[in-house]
Amino acid sequence: MQGVLQQVFSGLASGGIFASLALALVLIYNAMGLVNFAQGEMAMFATFIAVTLMDRGLNYWIAFPVTLVIAFAGGVAIQRIVIRPVERAPVLTLVIVTLGLTALINGLAGFIWGYLPRAFPSPFPSRTISVLGAYVSYQDLGVIAVCGVVLLVIYLLLQRTTVGLTMRAAAHNPEASRLMGVRVSWMLALGWGLASAVGAVSGIMVAPILFLEPNMMQTVIIYAFAAAVLGGIESPVGAVVGGLIVGVTVNLAGAYVPYVGGDLELAVALAIIVAVLVLKPNGLFGRPSVRRV
Amino acid sequence: MALLEIRELSVRFGGVVALDRVSFSVDAGEVVALIGPNGAGKTTLFNVITRVYKPSSGSVLIDGEPVSRVSPHHVVRHGLARTFQNLALFRSMSVLENVLVGDHIRTRSGWLESTIPMPGAMRAESAARKRAMEMIDFVGLGAAATRPIAALPFGTQKRVELARALVSKPRILLLDEPAGGISHEEVDAMAQLLRRIHDQLDVTMLLVEHHMAFVMGISDRVVVLDFGKKIAEGKPGEVQRNPAVIEAYLGAA
Repeated sequence: MQGVLQQVFSGLASGGIFASLALALVLIYNAMGLVNFAQGEMAMFATFIAVTLMDRGLNYWIAFPVTLVIAFAGGVAIQRIVIRPVERAPVLTLVIVTLGLTALINGLAGFIWGYLPRAFPSPFPSRTISVLGAYVSYQDLGVIAVCGVVLLVIYLLLQRTTVGLTMRAAAHNPEASRLMGVRVSWMLALGWGLASAVGAVSGIMVAPILFLEPNMMQTVIIYAFAAAVLGGIESPVGAVVGGLIVGVTVNLAGAYVPYVGGDLELAVALAIIVAVLVLKPNGLFGRPSVRRV
Repeated sequence: MALLEIRELSVRFGGVVALDRVSFSVDAGEVVALIGPNGAGKTTLFNVITRVYKPSSGSVLIDGEPVSRVSPHHVVRHGLARTFQNLALFRSMSVLENVLVGDHIRTRSGWLESTIPMPGAMRAESAARKRAMEMIDFVGLGAAATRPIAALPFGTQKRVELARALVSKPRILLLDEPAGGISHEEVDAMAQLLRRIHDQLDVTMLLVEHHMAFVMGISDRVVVLDFGKKIAEGKPGEVQRNPAVIEAYLGAA
């Protein structure tokens, strides 16, 4: 029983990481009706920026928020420079643009920082603590706490502020929003900025576990896709719940289902994606798409 | 001076002429109805006024100023608001949230100020809530304020859209089929509500409508479009007797 509990806790920690990246995917999906394939690479790039800041002697807890601000600005810049010129283009064009962005950011990171995996500091002690009889690492608890705070901040921003309200309005019905004086285009850019910052959190949290290198996020993004699809790709709350479910499921499957541990854990995520699309295409929190004509 | 003036307005989509040199004006305080058979260009005209479409030629003036010089998200600051034929509400939001979006130009500080909860912004936000609730009460939906749009019947949603448009304190309100798709009793209630909006909130109105009894009961003046051209204009009674109008609706005898 304590073993299970231990797996659940470390599942929640990975779940928090998946949830952050999945939330980033959902924010951009709502802003442009498309999954941003470059989300993982953007997070990886931000993580490199964080480690560079720390190499320059910045304290972890200063480098962390500074990185988020830089990631936010980068997200806004990508929307204004790369996405905006093609925002009215067919979906396939946008898909190709974000795939191009993926390759570009990946290559750029390799060019600047190289492809050798490097250690990334964790601010949490490696000791464990006993919770309900199970041994839980401070690392896991710290990740859960950081992701929890970040997700809560985003939730309050979207649900409780005027900016959040107009962002949701712009994503939902650009034409009517514009008529009400909403600067739709800037709201979409803001969505990209937020997504980029939340994604960066997932990168910084996962780097101590996976080691930092340009391809670090390539499996994490698959888990995030699974989480976003499970939650219903349009729902921020769904992304978070989906992330936690995927994290716990994958961890438990890895520990208790024969052969799944290790490489096959990714297959569990893919199985979740396929199962959701077949059984409940709108996800747990998604709305069926109905259009009045 | 006319509050809204349509001057020699033409709109062409490829070879199709949707509006052909239409001119008319709406004075402050008037209720003007725009009628005509399907495809006459009524909604196109609305879309030009609100800057969704660009006119091929001619101009739209609000208070003497051409709207073509105003960017689309600034139209509302010139005192113009509209409702949509098929509704354009934010369906996943509550009634109150929808109306708050309509209010946001009046609350809007910079986005940074409204992100970080400072005392000034908090006060502005609670004032906005108060205004929104007043408007929701005005259209008679006080009890449904926190309900999500998707859970409300169509007729109720139309009232939400009205509240959302009114909370920006428009001088002129464009209504695209306010009586469309709702029941008999609701049509009467809607006519009463529009009259209250006109009398108590001092809002000038231009409306597109097919429901003739509704149009005749509420409007001071009627403009008739057919195939993109204005074929008649006048008091409701006069227009009803106009042979060109009868022909457009019933076909030539």
